[in-house]
This record gives sequence, structure tokens and C-alpha cells, in this order.
Amino acid sequence: MEDLLNKLHNCVEFGKTDINSPYPPDRKGQKGALEYTQELLEKGASPTNIMELALIPAMNKVGRKFSENKVFVPQMLLSAKAMNVSVHLLKPYFRTGELKRKGVFIIGTVFGDLHDIGKNLVAMMVEGAGWEVVDLGVDVKPEKFTEALRQHPGAVVGLSALLTTTMVNMKPVVDAIKAESPATKIIVGGAPLSSGYAFSIGADGYGKNPQENVLWLNAIGYAK
Amino acid sequence: MRTRITDALKSGKILISDGAWGTILQLNGLQPGECPELWNITHPEQVRAIAESYIAAGADLVETNSFGGSCFKLEHFGLAGRVTELNEAAARLSREAAGNDKWVIGSVGPTGKMLVMSDVTEEELYDAFKTQAIALEKGGADAICIETMSDPDEARIAIKAAKENTGLEVICTFTFDAAGENNFYTMMGLTPAQAAQAAQAAGADVIGSNCGNGIANMIKIVEQLREAAPDIPVMVQANAGLPEMKDGKTVYPESPEHMAGFVPEIIRAGANIIGGCCGTTPAHIEAIHKTIKNGRLTK
Repeated sequence: MEDLLNKLHNCVEFGKTDINSPYPPDRKGQKGALEYTQELLEKGASPTNIMELALIPAMNKVGRKFSENKVFVPQMLLSAKAMNVSVHLLKPYFRTGELKRKGVFIIGTVFGDLHDIGKNLVAMMVEGAGWEVVDLGVDVKPEKFTEALRQHPGAVVGLSALLTTTMVNMKPVVDAIKAESPATKIIVGGAPLSSGYAFSIGADGYGKNPQENVLWLNAIGYAK
Repeated sequence: MRTRITDALKSGKILISDGAWGTILQLNGLQPGECPELWNITHPEQVRAIAESYIAAGADLVETNSFGGSCFKLEHFGLAGRVTELNEAAARLSREAAGNDKWVIGSVGPTGKMLVMSDVTEEELYDAFKTQAIALEKGGADAICIETMSDPDEARIAIKAAKENTGLEVICTFTFDAAGENNFYTMMGLTPAQAAQAAQAAGADVIGSNCGNGIANMIKIVEQLREAAPDIPVMVQANAGLPEMKDGKTVYPESPEHMAGFVPEIIRAGANIIGGCCGTTPAHIEAIHKTIKNGRLTK
């Protein structure tokens, strides 16, 4: 069992999704996260162990390497994709309560901005860290965030923007959320942002990269 | 009458390009969620006026309002069927402002699709860039300016699509983030040296660096581009720094004078064309223009 968990960890760390995936090129035809997760479940591994001994530490490692400029967006996307197929197989256990979510994270790219790479990356990382993710997509207006918050009271909100021309749209979203529920925590991120900018528009956190976003979420999750 | 851009640079002449388009369109009333390229049809006077303002400020090359003009970007607005019309109009408006003496460089931005995630195939990317480049040529562009690139494969496909289907010169710039003192990477992990080699191998006539987080970084980025590709012209278009909030308004921290102060060092590092990106204005280009006379540094 430990061997299989290590193999799954390794597939997530290096972005091997399933046996048919062409990435990484040197692992063509080899089993991926999908196959190892299936084997683990068939052999009776506990979903909690799959999460806590394989998926979460593997994604942490990738996130750390990303923060240190050892891997970049493509590798991280592949890792997140590999993790996601595994998490997908675990979904029934979340429904039965055998696996517990750390909380709900609502994420979207703010209105006027159509970029989804960074937002998707954060969404996948956060899901891999054990949160339920509600992805509102791109070009999301303030009303859509507040509506999602009404459906998921207590959720944490993440806002993404890629452009210098669209990051200005984060403030109206922050304002709308804080006006309706001042206690809601909001983290913002995106290439042109700085922590100074994030706090000047009233956000509670600044996700310099996906890993920092996850660390911040886990910190406030435990604080609850 | 103008020569080819690379011929003009051969004598060692420094050329000046324009500054921001997106942030200026916003100042002029472009709303969040509106398609900037549609303004080529709905607000042609205002688009042409941006090009005119940069020419008046001293730009030798002016871009086109077509950064998001690929079918993949336009489809977000339901305009994927209007690639040719919108790009041709973009080039025509800048040409009207540039007249016969100044160069028009047709802006082509990334598609936002990722090959590595199988969002798109190489053929689909090629066709998208091909359609856009042909339309920009038809509208009167002298060169295709593939900009803000981060993925070497997307850049290569865009360069090839432009080279193989138009008679235009091709410029390709990448956007680098600083990671520590001397290290710069694109979002996809490309260093300036790798980017220079990839763009040159694909057939680019000019390479460069645009956007980013301030002009000071451009000195080292240009040095690294130059070291990897000593013989190809280099273009630099820096942001006026990263935007900050001041008194409820978004401001770009780098003034025209601040940016112009870096021009001599960037030129000495090896740049041949210099202009601006997000947050720069005609005032920035005018200040840069003052540092150069007859294609040479004044000091």
C-alpha cells in the first residue's frame, strides 16, 4: 500500500495524469494518478490516507518548487490535472462524510477579465489541499460573488485578474462582498498585483502564487 | 518613404515605438467587459487618435488596436467570425495616423490557450495567427508584433504563421518576471536567453521584452537577450511600473522622466527600439524621444 501511495505521490508531483497522457514525455505508456488511485481504492486504502499521504504532500511539494522557480506554470498545471483526476475518484467519500473538507473556497476572475489560467491553477491547488471549490469562471460580476456567498455562508473568496487594466475591477467586488458580509475573508492574486495593492483595496490576503494562497487559506481555516 | 524596419536599424539608428493602448482606451471610456478590438469599428476616431498622439509624441513605430484580435480572444465576445474585419480595421486606423513615413506594427497577443493542457492543437493556433496576420497586412501593417509571449511553442507557431503567410517583418517580445536579482522568467519558465533563441530560431526579425514590472529590470533583461542573440535587433516596451492605488485611483508609479532616465542604459545594453507598455502615455514617449536625436542618444 505504501508503495502505491508513493507512486501516486510521484505521479502528482511530476504531472502524470493517466496511462494515455502524453506528458511527461519520458513516461509515455506508464500508469498515472488515475490508475494508481483506482488500485489504491480497490485494495481498500482509506481515502483520508490517499489525500493526506499522497495528494496533499505531492501538491505541497510542487507548490514549493513553484515558489522557488524550480518548476513553472506548465508543470504545475500538469500536476494539478493529475491530482484532480484522483480527487474526482474520491468525491463519493466527501459526500458520505468519510472525508471532510476544510471549508468552501469561492473563486473567480473579476468582471472585464477573461483569463483563466491562474484562476484554474489556484482552484486546482486549493481543491487538492482539501477544500471544496466553487469556481464561478471568468468575467464574474460582484453580484455573482455575493450570490454564491449566500449559497455558501462562511466561504472564503478568491479573486483573480491578469491585466493591469482589469485589476482595478477587484475593488468593486471586494466592496460589494464586504458591504454584504463584512466577516468574509477575501484573497486576491494575479500577475500585476502586489501585496500593497491587495491590502489597499481591502483584501484580507495576497496570493503571490498558488502555494501562498493555499498556505494562507489553511492558516485561516485552522484559525476558525 | 519608409524602408524595412531592420534596414533602418542597420546603421545603428535607435527607433522609438509607442506606449500603452489598453490603459489609454480605458481612460477614453472603454468599459470592463467591452471588446477593445470592436472599437476599431464602433469608435474609429478614438482609436486613430491614440495612434496619432503617439506619432505626435515622436514615435517612429506605432502599434495597432488588435492585441486580443485572435479568434480565441474574440470568441469571448461572440466576435470570432470577425477576425479579418477587426484586424484589418486596426491596421488601417494606425496607418492613417502613421502616414507614409512611420511604421505600423500589427499587435498580436497570446491566445490564452495552452498547448500543454491540450486546450488547443498546434494547427488551430497556426490558423488563428495566420488569419490575424494576413488581415493586419491587408490593413496596411509593416510588421507583425507578436507580444507578451510566455510559451516558446506558441511564440514559434505565431512567428511561423506570420512569416509564412505575409511579406511582413516579424517582431516577437516576451514578458519576464523578476525572480531575485539577476533571474528573469516568463510565466512558462523561459529565461531571456531561451526566449531569444526560440524566437530567432523560429525566424523573428526583431526580438524583445515588453510589459513586466518596471523599466529598471529591462537593463538586465536586454543584456541577457543580447548575450544569447548578439546580432538581432532588440525592442523594449516597459510598463510604467506596477499599478498602485492612490486616493481611490489606480496610478502607475513611473513618471515620464523616470522612465526616460533609463533609456541610455537600456540602449547601451543593446536595445534598438524603445517604447512603453501598460500605464505609459504620449508624455512618456515624448520624454523618451527627448533622449534621442537623429536616432542617437543625446548623452
